[in-house]
Amino acid sequence: MTGQGMARPAFTEPAAAVPCFYRVASRREDTGDTVTVELAEPAGPVPAFAPGQFAMLTAFGVGEVPISVSGLGDNSGGRACRLEHTLRAVGAVTRALCAAQPGSLIGVRGPFGTSWDVASAAGRDIVIVAGGIGLAPLRPVVLAALADRSRYGRIMLLAGARTPGDLLYTDELERWRHDGVEVAVTVDQADTGWSGEVGLVTALIKPAGLAPGNSVAFVCGPDVMMRVTANALAALGIPPGRIRVSLERNMRCGAGWCGHCQLGPLLVCRDGPVVGYDRAAELMRVREL
Amino acid sequence: MTGTVAARISAHPFFAGLTDTQRSSLAEDGRAVMFTAGQRLFDEGGSADKFWLIEHGGIALDMQVPGRGGQILETLAAGTVLGWSWLHPPYRWHFGAMARVATTAIEFDAHSVRRRCDADPAFGYAALRSFTPVITERLQATRLRLLDLYAAPSQLRQREIQQADI
Repeated sequence: MTGQGMARPAFTEPAAAVPCFYRVASRREDTGDTVTVELAEPAGPVPAFAPGQFAMLTAFGVGEVPISVSGLGDNSGGRACRLEHTLRAVGAVTRALCAAQPGSLIGVRGPFGTSWDVASAAGRDIVIVAGGIGLAPLRPVVLAALADRSRYGRIMLLAGARTPGDLLYTDELERWRHDGVEVAVTVDQADTGWSGEVGLVTALIKPAGLAPGNSVAFVCGPDVMMRVTANALAALGIPPGRIRVSLERNMRCGAGWCGHCQLGPLLVCRDGPVVGYDRAAELMRVREL
Repeated sequence: MTGTVAARISAHPFFAGLTDTQRSSLAEDGRAVMFTAGQRLFDEGGSADKFWLIEHGGIALDMQVPGRGGQILETLAAGTVLGWSWLHPPYRWHFGAMARVATTAIEFDAHSVRRRCDADPAFGYAALRSFTPVITERLQATRLRLLDLYAAPSQLRQREIQQADI
């Protein structure tokens, strides 16, 4: 599977251009600067989101940012009834979105972009490698694989975080472990209470003992982390076309109209964010202007 | 874990580049060892007279930092090597090491292996070629960690301010 072939569902014009109103149903503080909001009950019909896709979220009066879905809730009937987004407060818009309390309204445009296409990994092992907040867009991959467990071989989740306090979804990691996901976690900087691994996330790859010929990898994190990880996976023998990365660029319109997110021949909002490493490798090496 | 030391060295990926004969020679300097969780293997500044192939379990490399106590710098998993300070003078450990969990390993007498390397350059070259990829890998990983890739912009700014204050 190449980036070109990633599933790209059609979106309706209104969903692409006009924000729908979603109400914040719940809000959970994951770390000191990261919050997961659950959005519910859109005013109008919105196409269902797939794992890996993103929405343009509006904090009214402040601005709009692209955020990947971190949970899909019940998407039955082809409508997105519930969406979860995990946000890190790094700027004015994300700070406003992180501060949104239950009951308040957030604008949602989307779904946009390509999906992880988890189903195409059927019959193979799933290797998920996450760096920092990159675990958020990968959470739906874990949930989708667990929801259809018999279709996949081993499910391995290798996660890296800056410090133990920056680790996302700690309760869920335990639950996933209990459900048979092989979870390995490492941090860049340990604290006194940390008894786990310390080091780069790539150090978790060899000990995982994966079967390169029968694995599909899903990688998300900072660009450099994805590059290094994808190279390590490819060096082990996973074909680059079966290594998927989620590119992050300056998405604005979300629909391939404005060109803000152009990366070589790709408009990342439309042709990405999920792209096969066979396509992404060369593009990720290009120095930005 | 059972089996002769030679068989266990052959089953470990680290010295895969050595010939059977070279691995047999190396086995003469090795013995099987076990560490309990929390057991210290060596401390910073101590004589680097051993190295280990980790078979099962895991090791934490650490350093005592005044005011902060023991800081874990990196953990090493099964399938890799612990210790290369024995390769070059002054043959002193740069960091400390502790078993994170119950660990089995093959322990080598570094003096003897070094003598063997000096006496048999082909063996020494093959042994060094086993170490250099691991050294390179850990150096690259350390450099990447220096980039602090997961930091938020505010955390990077805070770090810059702290560095400017020093």
